[in-house]
Amino acid sequence: MADVALRKVVKRYDDVEAVRGIDLDISDHEFIVLVGPSGCGKSTTLRMIAGLEDITDGDIMIGGDVVNDVPPKDRDIAMVFQNYALYPHMTVAENMSFGLRLKHYPKAEIKARVTEAARLLDITDLIDRKPKQLSGGQRQRVAMGRAIVRNPKVFLFDEPLSNLDAKLRVQMRIEIKKVHQKVRTTTVYVTHDQVEAMTLADRVVVMNKGRIEQIGTPNELYHKPATRFVAGFIGSPAMNFIPCRLEDAGGKLNIRLTDRISFPLPPARAARYNVLPRTEKLLLGIRPEHLTESHAHLEPGVETFDTVLDVTEPMGMETLVYFGLEGTPVCGRVDPNAGAKDGAPMRLAVDLNNMHLLNEATGAVL
Amino acid sequence: MADAVVEQGRLARAASPRKRASLHNKLGRKSTVAFFLTLPLILLIAALVLYPALYSVHLATLNKSMQKFVGFGNFTFLFKRETFWMVVKQSCLFAITAVIFKALIGFIVAHFVHNIPAKGQRKWRGMLLVPWVIPPAMSTLAWLWLFDPSYSAFNYTLSFFGIGPIPWLGDASWARFSVILVNVWYGAPFFMIMYLAALKSVPDQLYEAAAIDGANWWQRIWFITLPMMRNIIAITTLFSLIVTFANFDIVRILTSGGPLDSTHLFATWAFQVGIQSSDIPLGACVSLFMVPILAVAAIFILRDVSKRGNES
Repeated sequence: MADVALRKVVKRYDDVEAVRGIDLDISDHEFIVLVGPSGCGKSTTLRMIAGLEDITDGDIMIGGDVVNDVPPKDRDIAMVFQNYALYPHMTVAENMSFGLRLKHYPKAEIKARVTEAARLLDITDLIDRKPKQLSGGQRQRVAMGRAIVRNPKVFLFDEPLSNLDAKLRVQMRIEIKKVHQKVRTTTVYVTHDQVEAMTLADRVVVMNKGRIEQIGTPNELYHKPATRFVAGFIGSPAMNFIPCRLEDAGGKLNIRLTDRISFPLPPARAARYNVLPRTEKLLLGIRPEHLTESHAHLEPGVETFDTVLDVTEPMGMETLVYFGLEGTPVCGRVDPNAGAKDGAPMRLAVDLNNMHLLNEATGAVL
Repeated sequence: MADAVVEQGRLARAASPRKRASLHNKLGRKSTVAFFLTLPLILLIAALVLYPALYSVHLATLNKSMQKFVGFGNFTFLFKRETFWMVVKQSCLFAITAVIFKALIGFIVAHFVHNIPAKGQRKWRGMLLVPWVIPPAMSTLAWLWLFDPSYSAFNYTLSFFGIGPIPWLGDASWARFSVILVNVWYGAPFFMIMYLAALKSVPDQLYEAAAIDGANWWQRIWFITLPMMRNIIAITTLFSLIVTFANFDIVRILTSGGPLDSTHLFATWAFQVGIQSSDIPLGACVSLFMVPILAVAAIFILRDVSKRGNES
């Protein structure tokens, strides 16, 4: 096991820059998830760590050694691919033991390791089958088994769950987490699914257009996003962004959303935002769970407003409500018993203690 | 398409329920429709393959003047002739050596072409296919000139190194070498194009997984490429073995079976015995000997293909 470090790593294809100088430190035993939309450079980054792509510029270190020119087989890593990449002509046991056999491990040790990994992944019964005779979930387990038996310094996962159906994906997510708790190998995991990223990671790396937007624990990313991209990418339904501006009213600092709707900011927030120019175009970032039905007794910092709902989506434990604020679509989360109906007026409460204020032009969270 | 016909059959049946109901019933069956659709091809094969094959069996049982039935007489006569056993040996040597070299060269060239960037690959593929596309009778004539003992490019070039002149087609061993060389030159592109197609169908991720598992390039070929190409290799080899075994044009043009029958194959010897020496029954008998030998090879290779067919 080892730590992994990326120093100003760049990947250029002809005239396209896929990865634009990223720095990342992954400590020993850590589970890191690279997440971002398609084409953000996350898979390229993973493949560079694996040695499957050359590095245009910068350094990649595994266990303190620069591995830029080390071929994949000598990096002591194991990778799980999106489509599993199991060898179709080998049985499960042969697939899992392939790497060990190439390295001429003693037969007894190979058998012991394969048996142990199969037990860990609950695929002992499948050991003599060919990949074609396995379901998607079973193939995924075999692919993980092939990685585990090698006992490598680093595990690399390239969107391993995206070929599975939704139910199986949740199940395998838990399996992967359990496996990591047992083997504790440093892991780099790539996904475009933010739920996977949040649930699995010790730290999440959000990437966009070849750059790292933010690195942090799932909670940090959720509650303290650094940019509009992160704020919008993490969380489902996504955070609302409502155009607004600050204004002074009777010695207090107000936030004005529309001609009709304006709220006084809570004191802590007012002190923080007081320095901002009043003319600046801003966005109020507020998550749906902080836009709820109004109560008789409101906490300080919680303000109410009236609106007419466009659409409601009952989800069982909550109801999502959609409405517009001067053309901006907004989503809220209310109690299923709050009486939200399509096209009906409703009084909603916004919790400004959990608001974010963003610069509309730069996307920076202020 | 068969479904559409079935549908039509059903509609027609519904429209006139009493009229020829049983015929409509039969037409409505999928297997019947399929049979009628393939009937033209079945008739064509029967006329062009089955009839000549059976006719040659019939011919092989007649005497030289084709007047009298002699049973296995021609066969027992052949068994006693030394030339026959030489032709058997030569045909096997020719076919096996040529196929091995064609497969080997095709495999190596396919790898080179596979690794050429996509832009230039079409050009190379086209150029490398040329030997296979030119009618062999024509290209073999060009080879005949190259092999000329006195004025050929080969011997002229070799003379600078103090070698030769080599009797390319005049000496038994050299003549065998020459006909095999031309056959390999002609047939290797077919292997190249088949192996190239097979190489392209192996997912890149298998090689990546193998590279991470610690396989070097040779181990990747041995453990990934070859097993993944196994069926294509088997079928191509079988196909080429049959065609090479039955080769006629190259030997006929280069050596006509000479010197002293040392390059005769079944086809050329059957031609010489049957057509040139006017003993058609004996010629038919010679050509029939190819069937059992090729059948054994086909059974072995196809059994392996069907065994592995379910895996990939």
